[in-house]
Amino acid sequence: MSEAHAGPEKTNPPAVGSEALRRDFPILDQIVNRNPLIYLDNAATTQKPRVVIDALRNYYERDNANVHRGVHELSNRSSAAYERGRERAARFIHAKRSSEVIFTRGTTESINLVAQAWGTAHVKQGDTILLTDMEHHSNIVPWQLLAERVGARMAYLPVADDRGLLDLNQLDQKLTSDVRVFAFTHVSNSLGTVNPAREFCRRARARGITTVVDAAQSIGHGPIDVQELDCDFLAFSGHKMCGPTGIGGLYGRHELLEATPPYQGGGDMIATVGFEKSTWNQLPHKFEAGTPNIAGVVGLHAAMDYLDAIGRSNIARYDHELGAHAYEELSRLKGIRLFGPHIGRAGLVSFLLNDVHAHDLVTVADQRGIALRGGHHCNQPLMNKLGVVSTARASFYFYNTHQEIERLIEVLREIQKFFDR
Amino acid sequence: MFDDLNDLYQQVILDHSRSPRNFRELEGANCTAQGHNPLCGDNVTLYLIMEGDTIREISFQGSGCAISKASASILTESLKGRSKQEAEALFARVHDMVTTGKGGSEMGKLAVFAGVYKFPARVKCAILPWHAVLSAIEGRSEPVSTES
Ligand SMILES: Cc1ncc(COP(=O)(O)O)c(C=O)c1O
Repeated sequence: MSEAHAGPEKTNPPAVGSEALRRDFPILDQIVNRNPLIYLDNAATTQKPRVVIDALRNYYERDNANVHRGVHELSNRSSAAYERGRERAARFIHAKRSSEVIFTRGTTESINLVAQAWGTAHVKQGDTILLTDMEHHSNIVPWQLLAERVGARMAYLPVADDRGLLDLNQLDQKLTSDVRVFAFTHVSNSLGTVNPAREFCRRARARGITTVVDAAQSIGHGPIDVQELDCDFLAFSGHKMCGPTGIGGLYGRHELLEATPPYQGGGDMIATVGFEKSTWNQLPHKFEAGTPNIAGVVGLHAAMDYLDAIGRSNIARYDHELGAHAYEELSRLKGIRLFGPHIGRAGLVSFLLNDVHAHDLVTVADQRGIALRGGHHCNQPLMNKLGVVSTARASFYFYNTHQEIERLIEVLREIQKFFDR
Repeated sequence: MFDDLNDLYQQVILDHSRSPRNFRELEGANCTAQGHNPLCGDNVTLYLIMEGDTIREISFQGSGCAISKASASILTESLKGRSKQEAEALFARVHDMVTTGKGGSEMGKLAVFAGVYKFPARVKCAILPWHAVLSAIEGRSEPVSTES
């Protein structure tokens, strides 16, 4: 048996934001454009600790084979590692059973799976699909495709004010009897808003409305418990939680997955195949057609172990601390426009500086080694509503430091001067 | 303080981005084109009055970064009174310059964009209005996108 997963490291994990912890991430130690790299684009993707990189290498160097198909030793190891990854993921989000976790390419594919497979079977003509104003395109477009196909209607829970909070008072009005599904993001990638996901699920459940939580921005940033949330589906991406790209998951409540037809057809997802008709494999394999991303699951497993060793409550606390620090420092800059809630925000800040376009700001910051994001953050409807085309965004993770935020502020002052020539 | 950046954001570029020339809708335009940068959501619309093959008047509107706005602004100044063939030839030279950094010495005012080549992610910002104007004078009505 491979030793690739000896389990979480129990001995003195390094503290969030510490030098020792930063050494776990080889990529952070480099010079970019003649300056030490300051990576503040974690909402787009996070960096990978050495344990994840090593797990991938170990897997390919020792265990690689296809899963569920062979009887040889390597295939046994790969199959076992793959299913161990599923059990690990189920524990990570506190699912009742591991068969409630479907591996996908990430959040986008997970939402498409729900919209296409579950949606086509359960959303009918005249039904309403309820989203919110702050959804990522990946939690809008799959639903629009479904709505078009079955003749359903789209509705949106609005952002209440310029603080970027959703209007809870309007939620009950929006949860009408024709609403079949309510899909919303846990944490907004462009505003940093943390939505009251549990309350959303409670109110939807009381009306028999199916809930889909987009956990892309929350999965790696604090404890997630699907039973406590009481959601029906939850989608996440591995690459936003120290894991590899190309792997992610969909949690679905057992009864709902059972009542959902397959998503894609192919190998592994069938029980028997005839020329006319086939029968489906049991959960979760019914939804995993073809050779899966086995190495991705192995890497994701290592990432989950790593995050739990650091402590997800520690990560959450530190994340909020960095977000609050950045927000406070930024709000002191003259000519700054900040987006999103003042308090209780996630570890990211969205802003505009004077009339400097986000792209120009990000280009200059990059020349100082600071990686920011500038653009519409895949939230075009929300940007339209805020009356902007794009914003600059700094998003943090537990390897970022308060000094890096100070440096960001320094560079932003420089940028103000630079464009005020 | 920022060497390459001073090449990219030359004073002329900042001036044009802050006070763009020919920045208005053009009454009587018989030719328009839209350029769109899906990466940032930026949009530029160009308005032209064509007399035969000659660009008699040209203006633009839209939102964008300093590079794309200055590029559109200087483009309108450079193309007014030019023929379709001249515009096409100029586009080719601008394209060469912003991707290689070479040939700026014969480009007059447009030479301020020579520094763009060091910033590959920004080449599309400089070139977007050019794509749009070319599609306009060639009579294509589809909006152009930097991703195409
Ligand atoms: C809120 C939110 N949802 C969904 C996604 C899509 O994730 P992925 O591209 O990993 O599928 C993202 C990624 O940016 C996101 O921030």
